[in-house]
Amino acid sequence: MKVYGKVHKYGDNVDTDVIIPARYLNTSDPKELAAKCMMDIDADFVSRVEPGDIIVANKNFGCGSSREHAPIAIKASGISCVIAETFARIFYRNAINIGLPIIECPDAVKNIEAGDEVVVDFDEGMIYNRTKGTKYRGQAFPEFMQGIIKTEGLINYINQRY
Amino acid sequence: MGMTMSQKILASHAGLSQVTAGQLIEANLDMVLGNDVTAPIAIKEMEKMTINKVFDKDKIALVPDHFTPNKDIKSAENCLCMREFAMEQDITNYFEIGEMGIEHALLPEKGLVAAGDLIIGADSHTCTYGALGAFSTGVGSTDMAAGMATGKGWFKVPSAIKFVLSGKPDEWVSGKDVILHIIGMIGVDGALYKSMEFVGDGIKNLSMDDRFTIANMAIEAGAKNGIFPVDEKTLKYMDDHGANKYSIFVPDEDAEYDEVYEIDLSTIKSTVAFPHLPENARTIDNVGDIKIDQVVIGSCTNGRIEDLRAAAKVLAGRKVAKGMRLIVFPATQAIYLQAMEEGLLATFIKAGGVVSTPTCGPCLGGHMGILAAGERAVSTTNRNFVGRMGHVKSEVYLASPAVAAATAVTGKISGPKDLGL
Repeated sequence: MKVYGKVHKYGDNVDTDVIIPARYLNTSDPKELAAKCMMDIDADFVSRVEPGDIIVANKNFGCGSSREHAPIAIKASGISCVIAETFARIFYRNAINIGLPIIECPDAVKNIEAGDEVVVDFDEGMIYNRTKGTKYRGQAFPEFMQGIIKTEGLINYINQRY
Repeated sequence: MGMTMSQKILASHAGLSQVTAGQLIEANLDMVLGNDVTAPIAIKEMEKMTINKVFDKDKIALVPDHFTPNKDIKSAENCLCMREFAMEQDITNYFEIGEMGIEHALLPEKGLVAAGDLIIGADSHTCTYGALGAFSTGVGSTDMAAGMATGKGWFKVPSAIKFVLSGKPDEWVSGKDVILHIIGMIGVDGALYKSMEFVGDGIKNLSMDDRFTIANMAIEAGAKNGIFPVDEKTLKYMDDHGANKYSIFVPDEDAEYDEVYEIDLSTIKSTVAFPHLPENARTIDNVGDIKIDQVVIGSCTNGRIEDLRAAAKVLAGRKVAKGMRLIVFPATQAIYLQAMEEGLLATFIKAGGVVSTPTCGPCLGGHMGILAAGERAVSTTNRNFVGRMGHVKSEVYLASPAVAAATAVTGKISGPKDLGL
């Protein structure tokens, strides 16, 4: 699987409250959530984002609340992949479980800037920065998690087993 | 190679004699928890599954606590979704608002979680039950759906950081000050993907309520779980609350830890976390002169009876500052009733505060105490992120109930000692 898009860049410790504030958690509708995505950290994100775009962030992306509304909002807003130095662990699980592609790669994050055009090849675990002409190897997923990603989420994965 | 407490619990639930850090395992669950924000998504996910019955109607807890009493129509519909699911699946542990409480105070109080258990909850503060010597961790709604259907969860076995606690805390220093001190020391990702294991002689000087507060905020250091050893206080707590089926796990002597920290509890001072991260910890003598508009006392972190007693001790015979809004939330109906019988609620009301039914409301900026732009709150809750309690230009300072109560009296961040206590 390959994704391609332009980058929206953020710093350390982007928490799930700023990804989707609790005042919008009275719904779980992906479209409604996407309309408020990143509201409290980047109010223009929703008007700027285009299908395929990629979020790149420093360490501990998705920390805080376990709300699955956060990866749902990001996915429904058209984001094709999140690249971070590290992910907070619940966000990491949630993204894999709902089929939002993510990849950890500190070197890529240091090099990539907002607006860069980036390709991520998940089969190879490679990240290509087309704007800068550089490439990086991301942290590969264990086989078990690849199984969940290939079936597009935990529910499908379990349905195949039971 | 030796195992940590957390690793031993995971191994026992995976039917393995040995696990090592980094290993992926599938383990049997003793309890699966959800609330009115997270369970509706889980219920919709479960509808997509080939399994359409829960694995065990006694091992699921559904607690409407976040936006309850229902704050708006959409929230009411979420609660209705959960209520109908609970009826249809005959869930034993569904709690309507008259019998409810904030989930992480409620489950231990009802004896639904115990030492040695493996618990997942679709709420990040599920790590609270580590205070009882359980392995307990927060997950998302899809994991909750999978857990409800299969009774199993997947886990990457965590490595651990050991915190060796010694000494006795000062009279006005509580579990909240201990955990804010620790997060200030290691940072909000200092324990990322890891267990925080608390050991040492000092633990006997921490009440169960202190331990619940400490384990509750393990997630704020990025940890997978926080866990305490079982001692006489744990056994008495479980006995008092009818949790009579438990297992005690102790770490092996040769268990490996990524890091070891020695902490003398007698040296810890009242601590406040400044906006906008729990790691921005400052001791009370270094807070400066910061005017506060609202004080919130309650939540899954600090809404238990000892928290309310500490706040009432500070507020007794005093009045909140002019223009101050003090909001107190007992964490469960049982705590509310006990606080009423002990006269604590009367103390809060006479001091000029208000007392709410149990709800997560203000902690996450849901309802019952939202901040306007430019306003500042001191709160006994667990997060002070941008916009957490309301407007993106509001500020939250995290503190203990004693500091919060003293702040309500003076109108600026203060400790009990500033009142001559």
